[in-house]
Amino acid sequence: MEKGKIKKVTGPLVVAEGLEDVKMYEVVKVGEDKIIGEVIRIQGEEVFIQVYEDTSGVGPGEPVFLTGQPLAVELGPGLLSGIYDGIQRPLKSLMEKSGAFIGRGIEARALDPDKKWKFVPSKKEGDKIVPGDILGTVEETPNFLHKIMAPPYLKGEKLSFIAKAGNYTIEDVIAKAGEEEIKMSHKWPIRDPRPVKEKLIPSTALITGQRVIDTFFPVAKGGTGCVPGPFGSGKTVVQHQFAKWSDADVIIFIGCGERGNEMTDLLTEFPEIKDPKTGRPLMERTVLIANTSNMPVAAREASIYTGITIAEYFRDMGYSVALLADSTSRWAEALREISGRLEEMPGDEGYPAYLGSRTAAFYERAGCFKCQGSDDRKGYLTVVGAVSPPGGDLSEPVTQNTLRVTKVFWALDSSLAYKRHFPAINWLNSYSLYDQNIGEFLEKEGGSGFNDYRAKAMGILQKESALEEIVRLVGVDALSLKDQFLLEIAKIIREDFLHQNAFLDVDSFTSLKKQYFMIKTIIEIYESGLKEIEQGKKIADILGRALKEKVSKMKLVKEDNLEQFNLIK
Amino acid sequence: MLKIYKTITESAGPLLVVDGGEGVKYDELVEIETQDGSIKRGKVLEAAKNRAVVQVFEDTRGMNLKNSKAKFLGRTMKFGLSSDVLGRIFDGAGEPKDGGPEVIVEKYLDINGSPINPYAREYPEDFIQTGVSTIDGLNTLVRGQKLPIFSGAGLPHSKLASQIARQAKVRGGEKFSIVFGAMGITFEEAEFFISEFRKTKVLSKSVLFINLADDPVIERITLPRIALTAAEFLAFEKDMHVLVILTDMTNYCEALREVSASRKEVPGRRGYPGYLYTDLSTLYERAGKIKNKKGSITQIPILTMPDDDITHPIPDLSGYITEGQILLSREIHNKGIYPPVDVLPSLSRLKDKGIGEGKTREDHSGVLNQLFAFYARGREVRELALVLGESALTEVDRKYLKFADEFEKRFVSQGYLEDRSIEETLILGWELISILPKEEMKRVKEEHIAKYAKNKAD
Repeated sequence: MEKGKIKKVTGPLVVAEGLEDVKMYEVVKVGEDKIIGEVIRIQGEEVFIQVYEDTSGVGPGEPVFLTGQPLAVELGPGLLSGIYDGIQRPLKSLMEKSGAFIGRGIEARALDPDKKWKFVPSKKEGDKIVPGDILGTVEETPNFLHKIMAPPYLKGEKLSFIAKAGNYTIEDVIAKAGEEEIKMSHKWPIRDPRPVKEKLIPSTALITGQRVIDTFFPVAKGGTGCVPGPFGSGKTVVQHQFAKWSDADVIIFIGCGERGNEMTDLLTEFPEIKDPKTGRPLMERTVLIANTSNMPVAAREASIYTGITIAEYFRDMGYSVALLADSTSRWAEALREISGRLEEMPGDEGYPAYLGSRTAAFYERAGCFKCQGSDDRKGYLTVVGAVSPPGGDLSEPVTQNTLRVTKVFWALDSSLAYKRHFPAINWLNSYSLYDQNIGEFLEKEGGSGFNDYRAKAMGILQKESALEEIVRLVGVDALSLKDQFLLEIAKIIREDFLHQNAFLDVDSFTSLKKQYFMIKTIIEIYESGLKEIEQGKKIADILGRALKEKVSKMKLVKEDNLEQFNLIK
Repeated sequence: MLKIYKTITESAGPLLVVDGGEGVKYDELVEIETQDGSIKRGKVLEAAKNRAVVQVFEDTRGMNLKNSKAKFLGRTMKFGLSSDVLGRIFDGAGEPKDGGPEVIVEKYLDINGSPINPYAREYPEDFIQTGVSTIDGLNTLVRGQKLPIFSGAGLPHSKLASQIARQAKVRGGEKFSIVFGAMGITFEEAEFFISEFRKTKVLSKSVLFINLADDPVIERITLPRIALTAAEFLAFEKDMHVLVILTDMTNYCEALREVSASRKEVPGRRGYPGYLYTDLSTLYERAGKIKNKKGSITQIPILTMPDDDITHPIPDLSGYITEGQILLSREIHNKGIYPPVDVLPSLSRLKDKGIGEGKTREDHSGVLNQLFAFYARGREVRELALVLGESALTEVDRKYLKFADEFEKRFVSQGYLEDRSIEETLILGWELISILPKEEMKRVKEEHIAKYAKNKAD
């Protein structure tokens, strides 16, 4: 192992010299404690290293060791229900090794090398294989089949050996292609997207059970979304709801510069929440990457790449994966901090000029793909990133760069949050560019006329905001009866449809079918009401107290009892 | 072997450059002996092969570079602790300030601490009764939370903080130990806290760290770290429940900006360093509870928003790290209401696990949401009434208006010495909710209306 010397230390940046064979983005071990770092710039003799742990007490003259490897994650059975830090060290092992506070220079392996997994082969000796082919399966958690794939870098074309069904560790050779050994786990560098056959246009929706999202601003399976919001606008709750309820097979949650207690909330809550589809704990299909705000800043930069590489691995198996990154602003700030220490020329607000290209490259790793392998299976990777704009100012660089590449925008609004309207997604500013692609899907899964009802409801809400201006000036009574009626209906849409209580069991998740019935009911009341007004009926008679109460109880209708909707009118 | 250098070549503000420093470590402590023999302390900000940048904690005025010596101590800054620190007052460098003897040290701890492993944390969910309705009822504080008070110059945040320090208790009666850190506040403000603590006999269970407005600016950066180290010691080694009050975080950030500027760093927003968020998080994140440990750290940092602007980087970045905020409003203060808490933008993120049956009362969450919703609507109606006149309002809207007024007068407003129990707060809440007719009560459960509402008739 080649050894160099530290020349300078400032915070998370270390400059070393005497490393001739160093490569860009190679992992190095810094100082006597051998703390982990990554090479981010080479300038003549000088090698700039961003260090993933605290550098207090490290000084010039101490050694630096090269490892020859890029920063990589270990992929294989055992990932699910894992809780890792930004560079894939399991937090549990860290606790076992250094106690409640995170120490330094601790090495911890991502996957348990001793655990035996029950491998069931699906190929036989002599079969032709290409990278991505499924060699066999492991039931990683009940209801989740982990597919063991031929790694992307495989050169051999013919299976010369495959293990019989039985228990193996991730270190055991379970297959051979020619002389190449294949194990159940392999490593992949986090900064390289995993290869796929083809990228496709997304055409199905990711159902989240959140009415304002699924009905009004849906995201496609394989799409990208952005949740910007000032603090206190419920950004994290939206992300948590998404993680809990969306119908993805695997959830990767990256807490990037998050609050410690919030991560703990996830860590304690996820194992308890039951997956609505399987009844198993949600944690069994989740991987958490937790890099809280006071953990080293460089590991925060790496955490989103660690997360998306793991996500891509599950996508390659042909699953639908949803990745949530909260918050990418903290990732950008980490970039800025490192860039400042490198004394690079700053762009907007001190962020490096490459912020835009890095952001775009990250979101482009999302999509609907034809995966590697001869069976042409499809895999989906949906990416939703939260941004935390300073002062709620959406014109700041991180938000702007994110909006340029994401297709759904859920505008969280603190004034809605103050009114305790949750999810505080503003219906006037948000948008989804997927409604064309997935409109057909919604009609099929929700019910016929879904898109039409949605458009009408949206029209009512928009008209409401225009009318409110007038009401402010001249009062409600100056409006025509029809407009007054419209305001009543808009209020119903807001309070009884858009407002959704994450902490109430029946209301926390609404199926697409139920959403359809709810919106349909409201629009039908509106349309029949309009006719009755023309016939001279009063609003109070059309929309009596009893009907209003029935409508407001719509959200409490149980999922297995949807015919109750027929009784409302 | 300690190394002493006589090669201090440059001084700018609180920074010194020492040449030829070999074996210097990042973040290590430095002692500077000036020409007249006095000792100043500092720490290494940048360790290069033959050059070290040192940040001096005290003033560099009157220092002659040629005749001063820098001694590198080979260790990072540590604070010596034992149970004896209770009842004592220290300065920003951790030296006794009350004329008392040196503390007999049981353990030295690094003032920078280490991040708590999220896996080892325990989620905070024990209700703390502060006796203040706007906090207990609407923005409930729980043990292990960090809940700042966002205030403005001239608002009674100190009074509120000291009221909380006096009244805060967990149900069952356990009281808190207080760690109080004051950065750059005036002598009068500091005296207010000390005399309040003394009067209410809190002082004997408190540790005070005080850096006055005319004390060295640099010590404002070390002070909260030392204070939190003391808090961690008391909480996690001595099993105490510690309430940390830090005032005023704005002064801390200003000090940080001063050092950053003299280091000629690329500034972020409004001249504050780009790492302000990371830096603040290393303070705020030291609140919490740890599995299998009895103690806890609850933080109430106070910050004054420059020009009452919540989008200013200091409140903004704080808000992203802390678990909510209690916002004081000048408008409400001018109406003569104490404490002038603006409940709408105030928030406690951890309240949901700390309230409800077994913690406070079954109806708490409903009452809370209903009060918020009514008050938000009431405020809207009030604006409407300004334009149209009260007579143009509908009957229901007039009730909303009445609600908003009564809410401020009776719920928000309370005396400095008034310690309301959570039951009293909830009863008051129901009285106010009952101003409005039943079909408006959308956020409370039917059975709770029947059980608690004053006016059951529809």
